[in-house]
Amino acid sequence: MAGEKAAGEKKPGEKAAGKKKTGEKKPAEQKASQKEVGEKKKKIKKHHASRNPVLARGIGRYSRSAMYARKALYKRKYTAPETKIEKKKKEKPRATITKPVGGDKNGGSRVVKIRKMPRYYPTEDVPRKLLSHGKKPFCQHKRRLRASITPGTVLILLTGRHRGKRVVFLKQLATGLLLVTGPLVINRVPLRRAHQKFVIATSTKVDISGVKIPKHLTDAYFKKKRLRKPKHQEGEIFDTEKEKYEITEQRKSDQKAVDSQILARIKKVPQLRGYLRSTFCLSNGVYPHKLVF
Amino acid sequence: VFKRFVEIGRVAFISFGPHAGKLVAIVDVIDQNRALVDGPCSGVRRQAMPFKCMQLTDFVLKFPHSARQKCVRLAWEKENINEKWAATRWAKKIEAREKKAKMTDFDRYKVMKAKKMRNRIIKHEMKKLQKMSSKKGKKPEKSEKPEKVQKSEKVQKAQKAQK
Repeated sequence: MAGEKAAGEKKPGEKAAGKKKTGEKKPAEQKASQKEVGEKKKKIKKHHASRNPVLARGIGRYSRSAMYARKALYKRKYTAPETKIEKKKKEKPRATITKPVGGDKNGGSRVVKIRKMPRYYPTEDVPRKLLSHGKKPFCQHKRRLRASITPGTVLILLTGRHRGKRVVFLKQLATGLLLVTGPLVINRVPLRRAHQKFVIATSTKVDISGVKIPKHLTDAYFKKKRLRKPKHQEGEIFDTEKEKYEITEQRKSDQKAVDSQILARIKKVPQLRGYLRSTFCLSNGVYPHKLVF
Repeated sequence: VFKRFVEIGRVAFISFGPHAGKLVAIVDVIDQNRALVDGPCSGVRRQAMPFKCMQLTDFVLKFPHSARQKCVRLAWEKENINEKWAATRWAKKIEAREKKAKMTDFDRYKVMKAKKMRNRIIKHEMKKLQKMSSKKGKKPEKSEKPEKVQKSEKVQKAQKAQK
């Protein structure tokens, strides 16, 4: 590895030195460098045939170690160049922190470890789990989207407090949930997440091609918030947790920003506004499997 | 009692099978159950077809029995069967049924709105007439005719919305 690096460094070093030299020597250097580049290219192109003659199918003449020597892999060791991100990452996290001494022995400072040793070791060790294959955590799952759902499609929500309402689809979020909006002035459905499975996709589409959806609308933005700080007084805990959901100003401004763009396009299609205001329901003689949505 | 007969040149509508929905002309009768049938202008090759899947129409063409396809085609185009068929109520009903089945959710909403509007207009006129007749005592209700004239303008809009 070291040998290869040195050899590699020499060549660009030569080239750089060559470029720095002025005037007369330039054309000569250029030609030389072009030749080198040409040679390099030629070298890379040619691949050697297999150095391991076949005795029978699947059986080669030489062993692994013999092949290692024959292919001269001892000479060929490559590492990927260190990227800027990796360089930044090398900064080690802080191990200790200095805190002021409060209370009786007030005054000086003490050094406190940030990552402390465990205060409890179980008496029996946990047995090693067997290796499993292909079981991915939720964040790595493949997200699919039905072909009938494209940005601008009118969806019918089937569950939740807005069931039966027709709503405009904006985009699919990272967890796979659909970002959807009423718009609010039409049917009181705000910017909200909906689950793909609990939604009927109609074939009516609104043209949302130029609409810009703010980038901070992610799953974390929509996630429900829960306070968890029990202060050992059981009687009063249940009051402090968020019972009433309050609409923040940010939500209002985001809603306005998105809806204003969409409303303009909805108004272009005749009767679409009234359609979005109405709710979906089944009645006698209406069978969902026979309906074309 | 019977007005449509199986005869050479009778145009029939195929109700089921691989050629469902197409028109054919009966060229010859094979036996009690089958006929030799040809639909050059409707994409049906000359073939035997059971009578059961055929429904007779009002149209009859003039050509001799076992005439070849060219003759059938000439007769068909001379009589302009395709246009005549499209103008019949039968064909229109079929088309309306197909359209209804293809209606999307948005179309259904539009139809609902159109129907509502139409019914409102009708009811409005009816109420007017009822009022008139109740006011004027027992005068005959011949004045139902103007209602239809006013209806037609707004019904056209409703039909547009339907389609």
